[in-house]
This record gives sequence, structure tokens and C-alpha cells, in this order.
Amino acid sequence: MAESLLEVQDLVKYFPVYQRGILTKKKVGDVHAIDGVTFSIGKGETLGLVGESGCGKTTTGKVILELEERDSGTVLFGGKDIYATLKTSSREERLALRRSMQMVFQNPYGSLDPRMTVFDIISEPFVIHKHIQRSEWEGRVYSLLKMVGLEEYHAERYPHEFSGGQRQRISIARALATEPRFIVADEPVSSLDVSIRAQILNLLEDLRKRTGISFLYISHDLSSVRQVSQRVAVMYLGKIFEFAPVDDLFDHPLNPYTMALLSAVPIPDPERHTKRIILPGDVPSPVNPPSGCRFHPRCPYAAEVCKNEEPPLRQLGTDHLVACHFAEKFA
Amino acid sequence: MGELLRVDDLKTYFFTEAGVVKAVDGISFAVNEGEPLGLVGESGSGKTVTVLAAMGIVAKPGRIVGGKIFFKGEELQASSEKEMRKVRGKKIGYVSQDPNSSLDPLYPVGNQLVEVVRTHFDETKAEAWERGVKLLKLVGISEPEARMKAYPHELSGGMRQRVAIARALAGEPELLVADEPTTNLDVTIQAQVLDLLRNLGKELQMSLILITHDMGLIAEMTERVVVLYAGKVAEESATAEVFRSPKHPYTAALLASVPRLDQKAALVPIGGGIPNLINPPTGCRFNPRCTYSKQICVDNVPPLEEAGERRLVSCHRWKELDLRRKA
Repeated sequence: MAESLLEVQDLVKYFPVYQRGILTKKKVGDVHAIDGVTFSIGKGETLGLVGESGCGKTTTGKVILELEERDSGTVLFGGKDIYATLKTSSREERLALRRSMQMVFQNPYGSLDPRMTVFDIISEPFVIHKHIQRSEWEGRVYSLLKMVGLEEYHAERYPHEFSGGQRQRISIARALATEPRFIVADEPVSSLDVSIRAQILNLLEDLRKRTGISFLYISHDLSSVRQVSQRVAVMYLGKIFEFAPVDDLFDHPLNPYTMALLSAVPIPDPERHTKRIILPGDVPSPVNPPSGCRFHPRCPYAAEVCKNEEPPLRQLGTDHLVACHFAEKFA
Repeated sequence: MGELLRVDDLKTYFFTEAGVVKAVDGISFAVNEGEPLGLVGESGSGKTVTVLAAMGIVAKPGRIVGGKIFFKGEELQASSEKEMRKVRGKKIGYVSQDPNSSLDPLYPVGNQLVEVVRTHFDETKAEAWERGVKLLKLVGISEPEARMKAYPHELSGGMRQRVAIARALAGEPELLVADEPTTNLDVTIQAQVLDLLRNLGKELQMSLILITHDMGLIAEMTERVVVLYAGKVAEESATAEVFRSPKHPYTAALLASVPRLDQKAALVPIGGGIPNLINPPTGCRFNPRCTYSKQICVDNVPPLEEAGERRLVSCHRWKELDLRRKA
């Protein structure tokens, strides 16, 4: 496997829950958003992070970029601890780190300032980071527009003049403006029309191949994750349940949750009949996650040990990590 | 199998300040008794407006400007508002996309079920409450007696959608319209709700119209499908046929552009975007995005032609094109 660019080790983030009185504010618990997450992303690799709502996938992306502060754990970027860098280094070093890690948000209707022209939006990083000479701005913006499949004349327009897919191209161009080595793409196609999604998925894949940028592709849509990722991590209630190369994970899942998740996705082919595993109940509250394995109340294979002992994420076969007491049974 | 609902050349326009939006511009199709039908299309294709028009609840500035709607051979448009109230809920039940906004947050779900039950049946409150409990049981809610007293915010998204389905079933309709019923739900919860809809259809011998943009749901849930594009029917056919050999270039392009869980093939995106329906493209509305477009497609609107048994296509070139997916 390629050399790793980003290493996330035992990352934890809780959000406190308060009960508010008239004058008092009492802490009554924590939302266990991410609870000891470990994974790595190689250079030029797209890692797919999947899970249902509330599993902590978006929080993971934000904590890696330090848009949210973490409670504990480390993130190494190119071998350097990013939290240490952001705390102790000079402004130049901090900005350099910020430049190398960018984000593309889910909703291109909310993430672009409606009062700025596309030129202003894409050149704003130059204003902040001052890494590009003023005289070169125009050329840079044009080449970024071209990279994402837009034209030069689009630079003078405002976001409302564009369709959803085009807006998402603009926000990708903005993320590319700082010449990052790593981009977190949080549900970048889920607010787009189906016929437009393929355009953006192909663009991301094309950018990865051309520039060698690594991506963390966060999505609840397993089909699109299979399309763009090389490796995939499955999250459930703040924990990584399975982490494996894409085909391995989709064709030979070893965790019952992954199996159920995969079987639940409708396949656009009426002649293919998959056996559906229907899980009972809902995803439990992350404020009081179940004991032992967090999936045990919904798991069809749950045994006594699952209630009491939390399964560690362990290696089974080459590169395949799984957190389940009975993973061997499914191999 | 008799015909339950027939929509005939329906036209529904929205008269906005910017101009007239031709949201539904001559859509025809029929649903047979006990048959799950899919209406598939992207946002703005007119799928929701079509069924809202069938129930006579198009919001202003929208107006039905043409076409007829028949339920069991009886024309609905001619009915008075009072008669239409009996159609809604009693003949056609409707489940909307978002259970968060379709349920009233100020009342317990029980009250909301009782209200619908008593609209359609001459029952006392106690009888209606009993019926409400049975409905919740029918849609698979545990402890239905206790849940009747719960407010919508006390339920999870999946449970709220079950309640919304229970309410749509309260009038014992012959046709259930489910408008993107699982779009806001997680996949494992989506699987539960789909399973429920499928079983209800069989158990109650009810017809289903499933509105969705997801070709996967169409494949899984329906027997027939109507593909809509920009307010017009692109293609209508048995579901299996559409997937095996699509006859309209839009259908084929849509199938080639969606990623599939079971395989990793190159995605072929559809260029351009969804047209503005104030000034739709001339001729075939798909022509600016169609790879097979010719002069005739720009000049003339293609008729909806018969292309086999119970199979309709609206494309000038369907006879000469082979759109089957290359394996």
C-alpha cells in the first residue's frame, strides 16, 4: 500500500449535554460522537467513511481538520502531529498546514457566499494565505475553473446563477485553491440531482488521479462510496466497525452490521435478488451507547459476550480490520 | 385486474411572477388494482405535482389547466370539494417525504389518527382510538397503546414515518401514494419501511404509487414504471423491461449514471442540467442533454408511441436506437 499521509489514532470527541434551568446549567451527559477512532489514509488514496446519521462520520472529518476540538487522540499529517503544530508553531507554519488540508461541504447552496462573485470566492484563500502574488490571481482562478470543468467567463458570475452541480464544482475549486494534499469531502453529492451526481463523482476521481490528492469521502450512500474509494471504514455509534480495501469490504464483509447495511441498499436491477437482512429497532442514542458491542441489541448473531465485552478492532487476513467477536464465523 | 386510477393528458402549471412554470405538461398513465407502480424522475420532473393534482390539492399559484383524472372510471375533476374530501384519505392515501412536517408537533399521534378515522368513519372517540391502536400495530410499532399518547418529537424518524403511513391507511384507501417515503431515512430504517410497504400492499390488496428518484427502489418495489422528465412522460413499461432494455435515451442515461453497490463500472454522467420549465427546450425536452439528438428532436415534440405490449416511449428515434447496456 501507498505511504500513509494521514494517521488518526484513538480519536475521541464528546459533546456535553446540558439541562438548562432558569439560571443554572447542569451537565447531564455526553454525546459520544466519536469514541476512539483509528485509521490511516495513504497518499493519493480516497478513504470512504460510511455510516448512518449520528454515527460520527461528519464529526470525524471536522475533528481531523480541527474545525471541532478533539477531546483526546492524535492526528498525524505527513508524520507531524497537527494539534501540536496548530498550538505551538508560528503563524506561517499554521497557515501552511491549513493550506494543505481543505474541506468540501455537503450543501453548495449554503457554503458559497451569495454576495461574492465566483472569482472572489475562489481567490479568497489567496487573500488569507498570501501564497499567490496578486498579479497571478487571475491566471490561477481560471486554471482552477478549468480543472473543475467550468469556463473562464463563469468567474464574473454569482452563485445563484449556477445549478447545484456547478456550485459544487465551485466549492471544489475553492478547496483546490490552496493546493492541498488532503481534502475532506462531506457528502458532496447527496444534495444534488441523480443525473448530476455522476459528474461530481467522476470529477473527484479524476482530480485524485491527476493531482495525487488524498480524500476522506464521507457518505451514507454505499453505492457512491464503492465508486470512488480504495479503502472503506464503516462507523456505528462513534466506533469503527470494519476497515478494509473496497472490494474486500463489499464482497466479503465480516461484521454483521456491514452485512446488514450492504443488504439494505436497493440495487437497480430487478433480476438480482439479494437476501435482505432487516435489522430491528433504531440506532440507539449516542448519549447512552449500549454496553459491550454497541451493535448487540440489533445484531442477529449477538451472544452473551457481546453484551459484556467490547470487541477490539482486530486484523483478520491482510489489511482487513474488523470489530466483532465472531468475525471468523463469517470469513 | 381492473384499472384503478387513470391520469389523462394532465397539465398543471404554476403561474409565478417570473412566468408560467409548466410543471406537468401532458402526463398520462394508469394504475391497475393491486399493482405497485413507480413514478421516477429527478426534482422538477413533475412526479409529485402529478399525484397532488390527482387528489386536487395543488397549492397556489398552481392550477390544473387541462386533462382528466378517473378513479375506477369515474371522473374526479368534476367532483365538488365535498366529494373530493371523500376521495382523499378514503380512496387515495398519501404519505409525504418528510414525516417531520407532515405530522402536527402539537398533538399526540393518537389524536392525529383519531381525527382521520372519524373523518371517514362514523365512530365514537373510543372506537376510533381502538382503530388507531390497531393501525399502529399494523405498521409494526411496538407498544401501540402507549405510543398513541406520544408526541411526534418523542419518536425516531423511522417511527414517525410509520405513523404517517398508519395515518394514510386510516381511511382504508384503495390506493396508497408514497412520495419519496424513505429519502430522509437511514438505509437500515429504509429497509424496514420498504418491507412494511411491500407487506401492506399484499395484505390489504392495495395499489401503490411509489414516487422516487432512486432506480434501486423502482427495481425492488414496483412492477410497472413511468419515467418522467421535465413534466412529460419519457417512457412507460413493465419494470423488468425498462432495466433490461430501456427505449428512451434519458432512461438509459440515468441507469448508466447511477453508481451500483454490486459492481464498479465507469459512470457515464449526463451532461448539462435539468431544464428551466418556464422556457423548456423546444421539441423533445431532453434534446439539449441527449447524445442521440438530431434536428428533428429540436423541431418537433415526440409523440408518446406504443413500443410493444403496454409499453410507451416518447422519442423520435426509439426504433433505430439500441440502448441496452453493454455487459
